[in-house]
Amino acid sequence: MKRTFFDWDQFKDSMPEIARAFLLNVKMFCIAEVFILVFALLLAVLRSLPGPVFFPLRAIAIVYADFFRGVPTILVIAVLGFGAPALQLQNVPLSTTFWGIVALILVYTAYVSEVYRAGIESVHPSQEAAARSLGLNRWQALRFVVLPQAVRRVVPPLLNDFIGLQKDTALVGFLGSVEAFKQSQIDAAATFNYTSYLAAAVLFVALTIPLARFTDWLIARDRRRRQTARVA
Amino acid sequence: MNALELHDVHKSFGDHEVLRGIDLDVAEHEVVCLIGASGSGKSTLLRCVNLLEPIDAGRILVGGDVVTARGADVNRVRRRIGIVFQAYNLFPHMTVLRNVTLGPTRVLGRPRADAEEEARALLGRFGLAARAADYPERLSGGQQQRVAIVRALAMRPELMLLDEVTSALDPELVAEVLQVIRELAAGGMTMVIATHEMSFARDIADRVCFLDDGVILEQGPPERILSTPDEPRTQQFLQRIIAAGRM
Repeated sequence: MKRTFFDWDQFKDSMPEIARAFLLNVKMFCIAEVFILVFALLLAVLRSLPGPVFFPLRAIAIVYADFFRGVPTILVIAVLGFGAPALQLQNVPLSTTFWGIVALILVYTAYVSEVYRAGIESVHPSQEAAARSLGLNRWQALRFVVLPQAVRRVVPPLLNDFIGLQKDTALVGFLGSVEAFKQSQIDAAATFNYTSYLAAAVLFVALTIPLARFTDWLIARDRRRRQTARVA
Repeated sequence: MNALELHDVHKSFGDHEVLRGIDLDVAEHEVVCLIGASGSGKSTLLRCVNLLEPIDAGRILVGGDVVTARGADVNRVRRRIGIVFQAYNLFPHMTVLRNVTLGPTRVLGRPRADAEEEARALLGRFGLAARAADYPERLSGGQQQRVAIVRALAMRPELMLLDEVTSALDPELVAEVLQVIRELAAGGMTMVIATHEMSFARDIADRVCFLDDGVILEQGPPERILSTPDEPRTQQFLQRIIAAGRM
């Protein structure tokens, strides 16, 4: 077992290639994350709109969130990654990586919008009342008063979803994009040794830890800022 | 012209009619105190004036303008009315200074520097100059409530509504907040004040209105209403207040 999973030479040999492939994971993660943060916020805001006028928008947001949280991520990746290029439409990218990223955005937008929504609902209605009583309109109250508080509160659960996303970038390898997992599979198949998987695992963990510490730091900084008396 | 007029205002929450026909005129520079048991409709009345709650029937006029008409610009109306809540409702993610300047900069479109200068002056006037850069949770309840008053004043309102602003405070902090309100009254601010502080009401009010079960049962000068009210319900209420040691 030591030789099949913990072969040091094998580890050293496979690491450079896997690390290079891992850059693709990082790239997919970074691109997807930006879109997810924006789209999920929009979706959460849509869902928080009050009154019967906005019912259709709320309904769309709810159906979207239910659907993409319900369908397995790998399925969405397969449908888009194999299906979209197969349509052979003009102007539709053929890159499996592109479709993999789109699939991750679709799925994680649903998760993250729920996190945002929990944050928005955790802000007491009296905060919005105070904002509106100053004459701020609904959008200004949301932007300056409700959302800043909501987002601060959901940083830890957001990070949780980021880590999930980071790991799920490995699923795109299933389409043939050579990211870290796919590369380690290739190495394993060539050598009948699974140490390369371990190398990929080390890389994923190595990326998660700084992200976790960064969030801890953000939370601590926010707490410090609000609790430390400052001289005017 | 009256600063505020309510004509036959009705408001229900579900089956429960909280306001059952309120008529009230408040002249400019007048200070009116609303007294009455919890649930008598004081807070709801103030929230209706500020259009935080839509009314079911009746009319409300602010400075002669009907503000409850269909299509009235609620944001424009609210600029003219300052409201201070029992629980302060400061914005916890902003410094005291930002709390005060949010309205003037975002709603009135005033330049940041101007708004900050005026905010600092107002904070200074109420003994809060050293607190401008602090976040609200660093402040005592009394300080927070004074900041909330300054935040409302920064919009230069024609009318201030105070909703039991001392009810959430520790007893030793009540005086500093009441002092601020006295200064406002002395400066000629038109105010409608819902309060449980009877001696304060006697001091500051030009007129006291006793609310009971959604109507103004009795109103008049504080000396009369608080000492020799006509209505048995008012007498009962005041007796309970006295028994509780609050007058």
